[in-house]
Amino acid sequence: MIGANLSTGSVGLGHVVASDVQSSFMIKGVFSYELFGQKLYITTTGVSVFIVMSILVIFALVVNAKMKKADEIPGTFQCIVEMAVEALDNMVSSNIGAKHYKKYVNYIGTIFIFILLSNVSGLLGLRPPTADYGVTFPLGVMTFCIIHFVDFKYNKPSGVIKSLMEPWPFWLPINLVGDFAVPISMSLRLFANVLSGTIIMALIYGLLNMVAYAWPAFLHMYFDLFSGAIQTYVFCMLTMAYVSEKLGEN
Amino acid sequence: MDINGHDLIMACSAIGAGIGVISGIGPGVGQGIAAGYAANAVGRNPGAKGDITSTMLLGQAVAETTGLYGLLVAMLLLFVKPLA
Repeated sequence: MIGANLSTGSVGLGHVVASDVQSSFMIKGVFSYELFGQKLYITTTGVSVFIVMSILVIFALVVNAKMKKADEIPGTFQCIVEMAVEALDNMVSSNIGAKHYKKYVNYIGTIFIFILLSNVSGLLGLRPPTADYGVTFPLGVMTFCIIHFVDFKYNKPSGVIKSLMEPWPFWLPINLVGDFAVPISMSLRLFANVLSGTIIMALIYGLLNMVAYAWPAFLHMYFDLFSGAIQTYVFCMLTMAYVSEKLGEN
Repeated sequence: MDINGHDLIMACSAIGAGIGVISGIGPGVGQGIAAGYAANAVGRNPGAKGDITSTMLLGQAVAETTGLYGLLVAMLLLFVKPLA
């Protein structure tokens, strides 16, 4: 589209490539339905979220069935699952503290696995669900709710009001903006990182379709695996940092 | 060749997108400084390599955000076309 608008006469390769590339990473409606007279779509994001979710649910059911008859001497599968659970436990307990981490490891472990699989799902040929702001913003809002639930639970409303007035009382609006910026910045960070990787891979496949044979694998390794894992870690790390800041000395 | 208002807006959006991603300079410098100090710290205390690396990666990922905002503005200008 970009090329076609500028060159009025020749709608050649530029137009085809540009619209092709653009359509390969945009969110598209797969299936449309009517609800209250409104035309709605199930988008590619919905499909990818559903695939990621079903993989996780099936994995959870398999693990549940296998762990019913867990052994003293663990097999390969049991070893791998125990290692994963222990790694998540260690990550959370080293950041939140050994006393409270049991309450938060459920939430943080869940979003860790979900975001990791979502980011890596670019390797499966899906459009990563986290490259849609409609997926990352709810994650940010959930984190926001957890942070402020912990704040109200452990610091009591008086402590919350006091911390909003921190240096001086007229600092209140700035502190409020700072609080409400947390979910937006966290979700935008995850979204923009994954989206940039998706777009760069689409540009490479679209513009270099004749020369892009084996070597984009290295770029997949960087954008999907490395960057996706780092962003997952950062999201969970920031959640834990905010929660442990609100927990304070408790 | 006649250029109407829409073409002009598209051309200026493309220029604006190019200027927007210049914001990548800041995070680049910041991440480089963070990596430099991390290398320095590993040189002083090789035993703490794991902690230093994870702290460095976390800091770098947070510093990257401003650059990503610039990228986001460029993406909006190019693909969502709010002005056209």
